[in-house]
Amino acid sequence: MDLKLSSVSHFYGETEVLRDITLDIPSGQIVCIVGPSGCGKSTLLRMLGGLEQPTSGQVLQVGAVPEGCLNPLTYIFQDFALLPWRTVRGNVALVLEDHKLGAAARDRIIADVLARTKLTEFADALPKQLSGGMKQRVAIARALAVNPAVMLMDEPLSALDSQTRELLMDDLVALWTRQPFTAVYVTHNLAEAVRLGHKIVVLSRRPGVVREVVDLDMPLAERHHGDPALEAQQQHLWGLMRDEAAAADAELIHV
Amino acid sequence: MSDLMSDPISGPKSDAVREVPFRGGGFKPSNRRGVGLAVFAVLLLLAEWGTRSGFISPLTLPRPSDVLLTFQELYVSGMLFKHLLPSLSRLAVGALIGASLGIAVGVLIGLFSLARAGLVPLVAAIFPIPKIALLPLFVIWFGIDETSKYALIAFGTFTPTVVATYAAVDNVDRVLIRMGQSFGLGWWSIVTKIVVPGAMPGILSGLRISLTIAIILLVAAEMLGAEYGIGAYILQAGSLYDLERLFAGVVILSVLGVGVSSAVAAVERRVLRWRV
Repeated sequence: MDLKLSSVSHFYGETEVLRDITLDIPSGQIVCIVGPSGCGKSTLLRMLGGLEQPTSGQVLQVGAVPEGCLNPLTYIFQDFALLPWRTVRGNVALVLEDHKLGAAARDRIIADVLARTKLTEFADALPKQLSGGMKQRVAIARALAVNPAVMLMDEPLSALDSQTRELLMDDLVALWTRQPFTAVYVTHNLAEAVRLGHKIVVLSRRPGVVREVVDLDMPLAERHHGDPALEAQQQHLWGLMRDEAAAADAELIHV
Repeated sequence: MSDLMSDPISGPKSDAVREVPFRGGGFKPSNRRGVGLAVFAVLLLLAEWGTRSGFISPLTLPRPSDVLLTFQELYVSGMLFKHLLPSLSRLAVGALIGASLGIAVGVLIGLFSLARAGLVPLVAAIFPIPKIALLPLFVIWFGIDETSKYALIAFGTFTPTVVATYAAVDNVDRVLIRMGQSFGLGWWSIVTKIVVPGAMPGILSGLRISLTIAIILLVAAEMLGAEYGIGAYILQAGSLYDLERLFAGVVILSVLGVGVSSAVAAVERRVLRWRV
């Protein structure tokens, strides 16, 4: 299943946040959206998953939802959004409880996603006992449990320290390599974008328009921290964003 | 001043070694066991000493040991439970009705803008009414028997519970609700699995207050022609100016208050284990 944005514009009151965004999210690829703060990239992501409606334009699903998919458009949030009163297992179970699955099928899914995110031995821990990186892995496990057609990731690594971020990026690459998934990955971190993106969409500052779409052909598994080709791409992206980011930073916020 | 000029970097005493003074103490509640009991004990000993030495006249304050004796008589004669049991059942029934209605209405106000717009002003109007002032009305409405007592206690616990509950629902992390919606959870699942557990800390601390109010209203309710009950016992003693019995009754109420508070604390420890 592909996702398509067709000339989407959005206003918050008088403020124009997004202008005429047209974008394809092809199945099996990770599309990174980068842009200066306040450019509307998180708004765009909320629209992709149906949590917000654009003022004009359309968000379209193209093609059938794959079989066995319980929640086609699934989010991973920056601040994890785990229920603190449920264990790791309970948090994953939460998103399966509203679907008519047998207890055995549910347990099988939970065991599978916990194994894939290396959380099996922490199944009975409460979120307060986990580090930030582990919490985000629980959120990833929860997202995998519903077998999404598209994962919508809203700065998933921004709340983590840089070492944990590296580890989780490796985890994401490993997950994708084993079983390619479709994802939209919003970030302000260019290093993450060049490590994980098959396609990097650069938005301008508010009102956000697509400034450039960069395609990266190097396979994810071959990208490594400090690779010169990636560094060059990152420099190129930074060149595109630099002035925009400076201007966005100097803007007054009218909310 | 001259050395300042001669050695501007290290200052006049360049080789003096001092420890950096610690200034990060305090402002950190810690668990001190037994201090509460000690405060009680000191106050009781003071009262005992004062009444024995004649410093405090027996008209002002009964002797704590006499109160204890009265209490013992009450226990031995079996009257303690004759008074205590009706009171406890009134408290339990009234508070249960009031608190559960209050939680239900509070959740409704928290969830529906229409309920909020319609009910918040009403609750604000009811809250400051001293429920005791409505006593005669309650007798007309519910009769002189147990029902009017239940109603009074229920009414008194209802309003604080409503206010605490809807404030608690308002404080539930919206990110969690968005998460529930984004995973396609049903409305009922979101309410029972995200909103209510998330509001639980606020609801429980509201219950602490409303259950204490219930104890206060218990005495008021028992002013309504109750033969037995802690409130009736205290009122009787008061009208006879029997200070020992009056204080024995007051002590029972205090113990009841401590009991309710520690019961809520026990529930909190169990239900809110997840809290950081």
